[in-house]
Amino acid sequence: MTTEYNAVITEFDPIIGLETHIELGTNSKMFCSCSAQFGGEPNTFVCPVCLGMPGSMPVVNRVAVESTIRMGLALNCSIVPWCRFARKNYFYPDMPKNYQISQYDEPLCINGYLDVTVATENGPQVFRVEIERVHMEEDTGKLLHAGGAGRIHGATHSLVDYNRAGIPLIEVVTKPILGTGDLAPEVAKAYVAELRDLMRALGVSDVRMEEGSLRCDVNVSLSRPGEEWGTRTETKNVNSLRSVERAVRTEMIRQADRLRSGERIIQETRHFNEETGDTTSGRSKEQAEDYRYFPEPDLVPIAPSEAWIEELRGTLPEIPSVRRARLQIDWGISDFDMQSLVNAGALDLIVASIDAGVQPAAARKWWTGELTRVANERNCELEELTVSPSDIAEIEGLISAGDLTDKMARSVFEGLLAGEGSVSQIVSQRGLVVVSDDASLIAAITAALADSPDIAEKIQGGKIAAAGSIVGAVMKATQGQADAAKVRTLLLEQLGVKE
Amino acid sequence: MTDTSANGIDQNLVVHLGKLARLELTDVEVEHYTLQLEQILGAIASISEVAAADIPPTSHPIPLENVYREDIAIPGLLHEDFVPGAPSFEDDRFRVPRILGESA
Amino acid sequence: MNDLIRQSAATLAGAIARKEVSSEEVTRAHLDRISQVDERVHAFLYVDPEASIARAREVDQQIAKGELSSPLAGVPIALKDLVATKGVPTTCGSRILSGWRPPYSATIVNKLHAAGVVSLGKTNMDEFAMGSSTEHSGYGPTHNPWDLDRIPGGSGGGSAAAIASFEAPLAIGTDTGGSIRQPAAVTGTVGVKPTYGGVSRYGIVALASSLDQAGPCARDVMDTAILHSVIAGHDPRDSTSINAPVPDFVAAALSADIRGMKVGVIKELQGEGFQPGVLQRFKQSLEILTELGAEIVEVSCPHFQYALGAYYLILPSEASSNLARFDGMRFGIRVDDGNDRSVEQVMSATREEGFGAEVKRRIMLGTYALSSGYYDAYYGQAQRIRTLITRDFEAAFTEVDVLVSPTSPTTAFKIGEKLDDPLAMYLNDIATIPVNLAGNCAMSLPIGLAPEDGLPVGLQIIAPAMADSLLYRVGSALESALVDRWGGLLISEAPSL
Repeated sequence: MTTEYNAVITEFDPIIGLETHIELGTNSKMFCSCSAQFGGEPNTFVCPVCLGMPGSMPVVNRVAVESTIRMGLALNCSIVPWCRFARKNYFYPDMPKNYQISQYDEPLCINGYLDVTVATENGPQVFRVEIERVHMEEDTGKLLHAGGAGRIHGATHSLVDYNRAGIPLIEVVTKPILGTGDLAPEVAKAYVAELRDLMRALGVSDVRMEEGSLRCDVNVSLSRPGEEWGTRTETKNVNSLRSVERAVRTEMIRQADRLRSGERIIQETRHFNEETGDTTSGRSKEQAEDYRYFPEPDLVPIAPSEAWIEELRGTLPEIPSVRRARLQIDWGISDFDMQSLVNAGALDLIVASIDAGVQPAAARKWWTGELTRVANERNCELEELTVSPSDIAEIEGLISAGDLTDKMARSVFEGLLAGEGSVSQIVSQRGLVVVSDDASLIAAITAALADSPDIAEKIQGGKIAAAGSIVGAVMKATQGQADAAKVRTLLLEQLGVKE
Repeated sequence: MTDTSANGIDQNLVVHLGKLARLELTDVEVEHYTLQLEQILGAIASISEVAAADIPPTSHPIPLENVYREDIAIPGLLHEDFVPGAPSFEDDRFRVPRILGESA
Repeated sequence: MNDLIRQSAATLAGAIARKEVSSEEVTRAHLDRISQVDERVHAFLYVDPEASIARAREVDQQIAKGELSSPLAGVPIALKDLVATKGVPTTCGSRILSGWRPPYSATIVNKLHAAGVVSLGKTNMDEFAMGSSTEHSGYGPTHNPWDLDRIPGGSGGGSAAAIASFEAPLAIGTDTGGSIRQPAAVTGTVGVKPTYGGVSRYGIVALASSLDQAGPCARDVMDTAILHSVIAGHDPRDSTSINAPVPDFVAAALSADIRGMKVGVIKELQGEGFQPGVLQRFKQSLEILTELGAEIVEVSCPHFQYALGAYYLILPSEASSNLARFDGMRFGIRVDDGNDRSVEQVMSATREEGFGAEVKRRIMLGTYALSSGYYDAYYGQAQRIRTLITRDFEAAFTEVDVLVSPTSPTTAFKIGEKLDDPLAMYLNDIATIPVNLAGNCAMSLPIGLAPEDGLPVGLQIIAPAMADSLLYRVGSALESALVDRWGGLLISEAPSL
């Protein structure tokens, strides 16, 4: 019998923690000059260093260090005066050297916080998420499992692409997050969203979640009020905002089920299934790997000077929460409206649309209305839809020029969402042309009046509101491709009626 | 199995170390290395006599700091450079045997 | 010019520059010598005569056009087999890299190429530079040209033997705990371990990253100075490389004036464990240094007694990690019996079969020293002792300009004599190891034959970090005094093979 979420909360307090890995958007890799671009033919962005060839040596990417320091500053962290890289030793075929260069007990940034806002029935509520550390490491290569339905189990062999090996990652680790109660899943999601927005605002990463450039490990434990903290599980590789929320929720329910039936929670890593939303048991942490960390002898310490840190502090942009407050005032919208468009992941898309020339109200209308509905239906993020801010600008431009009606605009969106091509392609493919030549409109009006002579009389008799049904008939006859306002003007002209 | 020594060296540990280091040790080797590790560690045990708790460790003989590369991407190797040296290469990727365990 | 193989690199370079002899002739003479004697010496793992001659001709053309002005243009060299050389087999003396040809070259290989130095081939070594005798090579031992039944030292026994047997005038070695100096000592040649960071490590297959340093091997001090100046200098690909101008080593070797210099004798590196003939030659050398105007002072380095212990924790720890990449997945051999083995099994079988006993022993030791629960007692403690040893050196260098000791406690021992006794083998490096731990520079040069066995004895000169020039000043002063007595280099006493 599965416990209801509400029942979990009445009996248990959740403690959550998040470890988030994000690929930095540098030009080159963490320790070599290979391109850090996403994609590329397999094994084409590789060199002796990131292939782990004997004799090759790492050299640290300056921008990766600067990005990490800037992220640390934006997260209100202390930047340590001296720290080192360490080797994390374990054998795995996606890791060319069979050790990962990471930071172990000497992270570059420590002790910060990030305030996140969650919408509740009683209005927005702010939670302070404390940050334990921010450090740098290198990504691994990408495995393709062959002969086992693409999964590791049952595969006959695997194929490795090392293009991703060595791409700089930053890892942001929270302290245990207490006191969220039933909002734990929402807080987890809001935290990751805020982190993503911060990275984007700083320009250190464009955080392409659909390309797996943000990966979250989610720690969850439950305890009864007043009791000691429970045993935690770590759910690995949760790769979207929605999944973070779901992973926390399902893991809370699963743990509550076990605890209520008198079983204990095993400290282990778990896997998140994107399709079902379930977590399944992975490796038990009780036989933890022995990573044999030691300071990386091929690299020298990082010792950021005060001057360097201050210089980087000077490059910090407006942080997202301040920016949101500013935009809310500019747009004149309520806390609730702001929060819901933030929750929908629409903020940056709206701003980008406005930057592309769309009126703020129109930009909000499209992104929070129709498009949010489709994203929800499809279980995806708004930014994953095949509609871009520039598409919106193009459509809005056509509307205000009178080349497209609102109804036709909806048809263009349908086309965009169905991947039919660009706005102009869809307009021509779907034959979306506003019928604006007076002759054909007058012909349609005449025909409509002929069908309903009584209505013409009513209008001429002063009941101008009756014009609506003729306009409707004309719109129907032109399959919606006429400008309704124009039809109305022509109709009244034809009947010799003045408003 | 031999007795566990002061260093914790016994055959179980040697087998465990072999697994960590990905060495498929034979029984004879396990016996050998148990003995030799014990001998070597015994011979260098004197290092623990030095009271050095307050001494900073040296990890680099020449103390350098802040050595960085500029963030400029340059083309890497071509397949023809490294594929001939690869034990198995297929579909533009390194082919490796089936993987049992998960990553870290 | 007669007897090309017995000339120094400096002499050959001069003759080539003056077009009295071509690089091709010089290269051919050495290739001929290799084909005559290397079957017995086994200094080389790989020789490609055609490629060497083609390269020599290319250099001759460049010289003819006046495109090359380098102190070593046209001179042949032998490279230790852990120096990555593009397209040329680089095995590190290990079966696991059998047949592997790197897709890139080490920085020093590029520097040598730019200087018009012609490679003769790759020299034998203890597998991954772990050893003091070259018996741990996966391809059979190298023999000491002074007595073919004896070891040529290690790990760079191939490079030292190539020079001592006149197969090459110059060689590149690497020194992690004495692998340039101890082979030089037991073969009657000269070898220098530069200051850590003085010569790029990029492309030199790492044994212990914080200890490794490549350096020059030759038959006289001046040749090592010239080769050192060609390979030295900052390399942006090696983060641990020192970014400072390279001193003029050749000028230092030419000055050879040590009047008023204070030379320290390390109390802890003489006496017990040292062969009487070694100590006898060492004492004579101190007398010569005094005659040359130096003042001999005894200094104490009390923590040197812990150097061996610290070294045999730091080296295996770093090596266990550095050697993890040899897993049969991306390069080198793969051992797979085809019975649907997992990647874990194939990696383990490849490493089990590809690595020799000494490499496995040290990987096991390093894996142990780094594992949780032992790290602080072993690796951590070793790093603290490293600090104490560095402080011993610093204290000594406040009193003296350079330090001296016998390079190796004994002369060359018999092949097989210590093979089954790792601890006895490790003691060969007792005098050389402290230098690597502290990152200083040192040189070994021949000071005579031990009366009891007629085999070469080496003296080690140690200078502070970045003061490599002092090695050349003191070394060439001592060498010229000895050459005056002997009427030639000690190596000319070696059997003609």
